[in-house]
Amino acid sequence: MRAKTPTIAALLATTLLACQASLAALSGQVVIKDFMFVPTTLTVKAGTTVTWANQDEEPHTVYSDTGLFRSSAIDTGEAFSFRFDTPGTYHFVCTIHPRMVGTIVVE
Amino acid sequence: MADQKQLHTRRAALGCMAFGGAGTLFAIAGGVLTPIDLAVAAASPSALARVGKPLFVQISDTHIGFNKDANPDVSGTLARSIDLVNAMSEQPALIIHTGDITHLSRPAEFDTARQLFSRLRATEMHTVPGEHDTSDAGVTEYFSRFGQASDNRGYYSFDHGGVHFVGLVNVLRFRPGGLGTLGDEQLAWVTADLKGRSSSTPLVVFAHMPLWTIYEPWGWGTGDSGALMDQLRRFGSVSVLNGHIHQIVQKVEGNIRFHTARSTAYPQPEAGVGSGPGPLKVPAEELARMLGVTSVTETRHHALGLTDTTLA
Ligand SMILES: [Cu+2]
Repeated sequence: MRAKTPTIAALLATTLLACQASLAALSGQVVIKDFMFVPTTLTVKAGTTVTWANQDEEPHTVYSDTGLFRSSAIDTGEAFSFRFDTPGTYHFVCTIHPRMVGTIVVE
Repeated sequence: MADQKQLHTRRAALGCMAFGGAGTLFAIAGGVLTPIDLAVAAASPSALARVGKPLFVQISDTHIGFNKDANPDVSGTLARSIDLVNAMSEQPALIIHTGDITHLSRPAEFDTARQLFSRLRATEMHTVPGEHDTSDAGVTEYFSRFGQASDNRGYYSFDHGGVHFVGLVNVLRFRPGGLGTLGDEQLAWVTADLKGRSSSTPLVVFAHMPLWTIYEPWGWGTGDSGALMDQLRRFGSVSVLNGHIHQIVQKVEGNIRFHTARSTAYPQPEAGVGSGPGPLKVPAEELARMLGVTSVTETRHHALGLTDTTLA
């Protein structure tokens, strides 16, 4: 039994690393700064969770023009996430500052 | 924008008030509205006494919940604005709030605002939402509190003192490019609302975002307001009152007077100055001069005047 424990630990560690790697591959980030979504267009794989992180002094929102997703006000230092499972092109706008627009392309 | 700067001074505000009171600037049949901008900085008892009997007071952009450097105490400056209104020797029958009551549309912010508003001696308040009031994902917080007046549409009209008031919503449709939008449904409602009304009825039309284009790159305007203006042009006295830009900008076009109010929370830069229309940080001693309310006063000869007041 004693000999087995490290093996299980090693297996667990390997699994954990693999999980983290796949999580990293399936997450994307849009930064909100200076009244802009950066990048303006983000291309991700299906199944990716995209996080919008607000680094501005102003609150912003993320609103899909098809109604697929809609955040509440995201204040300074806050974030909003949505998982994209279906390939397509998704446009979004900030409802507080509608000149702020962006696109997620899901492949 | 030079005119704008002059209005920031107390002297100019009082001059504007006296001018409106004289009735020479807008000698048009029926009631005429002239803005008198009350800076909190100019809130001396004598200045308030000269305002006369206000028909209503416009409060705008209170942004309860904002806590950044431009003003860490927006509840405090709203309280001072309310003190200013309460100190007027003759109380307005109505308060009109032209939106951005809250900063983040959060329940606690609406509750704080309501608590502060309850200190107003004037008990009747009419509101329209700003984009900061409808930024919750469900867009329910504003409407659950203020939706009743409009059957949850946001836009509505009412009559007071022989004046017809029309409250409009231009923050709920998002067109890339950023200008506000009224939408066909609301425009059809306005047409029906104004149909059959005498052209001599004074109109007050209020909405959050400016109903004329002040600065398109920052979205300071309403894309489909032309169709609204077509409806308003036949009236002898129209006052269009907005907020959103946190500073006074005004113009007169025919019988239509356009006027934006100061915020009670924080100033914003003049159109096109700096990178965008965010909160403007000014030295603490200057802040009160840039915050305030607008009083709309009935002058002699059945004319009306508006006064803006700041907080210092
Ligand atoms: Cu925004």
